[in-house]
Amino acid sequence: MSELLVVRPGPLTTVQDLGRRGVAHLGVPRAGALDEPALRAGNRLVGNEPGAAALETTLGGVALRAIRRVVVAVTGAPAPVRVDGRAAAFGAPVAVRAGAVVEVGATTTGVRSYLAVAGGIAVAPVLGSRSADLLSGLGPAPIAAGDRLPVGPPPPYRPRPDLVPLLAPPAELVLRLRLGPRADWFVPEAVARLARDRYRVAPASNRIALRTEGPAVARAREGELPSEGMVLGAVQIPPDGQPVVFLADHPTTGGYPVIGVVPPTDLAAAAQARPGMPVRFVVLRGR
Amino acid sequence: MTPAVRRVGESALLVEVAGPAEVAAFYGWLRERQEAGALGAVEEIVPAASTVLLDGVADVDALAALLRTARPAAADAASGPLVEVPTVYDGADLAEVAALWGVSEEAAVRIHTAPEYVVAFCGFAPGFGYLTGLPPQYEVPRRATPRSAVPAGSVALAGPYTGVYPRSSPGGWQLLGRTTLTLWDTAREPAALLAPGVRVRFTAVRGHGS
Repeated sequence: MSELLVVRPGPLTTVQDLGRRGVAHLGVPRAGALDEPALRAGNRLVGNEPGAAALETTLGGVALRAIRRVVVAVTGAPAPVRVDGRAAAFGAPVAVRAGAVVEVGATTTGVRSYLAVAGGIAVAPVLGSRSADLLSGLGPAPIAAGDRLPVGPPPPYRPRPDLVPLLAPPAELVLRLRLGPRADWFVPEAVARLARDRYRVAPASNRIALRTEGPAVARAREGELPSEGMVLGAVQIPPDGQPVVFLADHPTTGGYPVIGVVPPTDLAAAAQARPGMPVRFVVLRGR
Repeated sequence: MTPAVRRVGESALLVEVAGPAEVAAFYGWLRERQEAGALGAVEEIVPAASTVLLDGVADVDALAALLRTARPAAADAASGPLVEVPTVYDGADLAEVAALWGVSEEAAVRIHTAPEYVVAFCGFAPGFGYLTGLPPQYEVPRRATPRSAVPAGSVALAGPYTGVYPRSSPGGWQLLGRTTLTLWDTAREPAALLAPGVRVRFTAVRGHGS
């Protein structure tokens, strides 16, 4: 089995695939890549199955030495890619010879880049997934300098030198919101204002949730909501009125009312929104 | 009683029922239907305090219609396997709980080992089950100041629930005792010994050393 040696882990680099399903009732978060289209694109570029495990970096990139020849592709947040110090392609397959160091630099826009490798990161799966879950500590720990990451056998077909469409970085994060299940805990004016007011991405955002700050969303009723199951994209309103958008490592149950749910297709952009970016909630009408 | 069914985003439904007993019945009914292939495609069934969430639902309209006509019986809840939890009742809060109940420590142990419990739901950490079954007059508040580290295997009380900590973690529950059972093992199926629907009995055993 081929291996990658971690030279520089970056601020936070985790192994991620498409996450865990079917175990939320045991208290296990789904985890998985926050920017799922970027993970899928990276795997396509190196000829992997769409859900093979890759590395998810956070702002500061990663550097790895290839013990044997590997083919990698970097997608997600744009960042300079270098092999032994020489510029290499972003968003395309890159061959790395044995002994060479492949380096992903700091993101130029966005937050999370994905380094996919032909064969996938072959750490042992836990409950059907190789993803690191930072809420409950399941799956592999964030990578550290000196770690050796196993790489699976190369996929049986040749990598396709595809091009990955790169979206221009947006000036603001637009999150559509389907109201419910607890929109009735808030005054109607609060829902209208949530759609009108501007929020910003808060620095405390992480893989568990995108935290936003702005005008407080006012409740119509007081008291405690008994804990209930939570979905990806749920927008909880804690007592301080600042909306919290649940991302992949979100807890399986929660006790704050959910005013609405952001569709999964909008969450890849949320994964790439830096602190301070303006956020706009667009309330979906109808059912 | 007709359950209220709420839409949650594009592919999930939240079923609201009266309380933990109805949740257990509904959850048991749903799992039986799922195992029989009569529920349609659903990725997650997540019971909680007075709701059951169904997530990753392929056909939400069809499932919502089914759920609105569902009439689970209490018997659906009582079908889970029975797990015995041998417990050394020497917890740091045993005396305080006994005082809250107005009984001796020995009587407190008898009160806690008497009922058959049911795991109503999991949360807080993987494999942490919220067990119902203790009569309502024995509800106790959480500790005013949570402990920074509760040892793994601690048997504890808070509100209407009993729980067993699967691993060492911070916690504010009242500690009655401890068990050496492995509560959480990802190599086991299911990984949680106390998965929702499991029936539980606590039995008092003598400690070794400590």
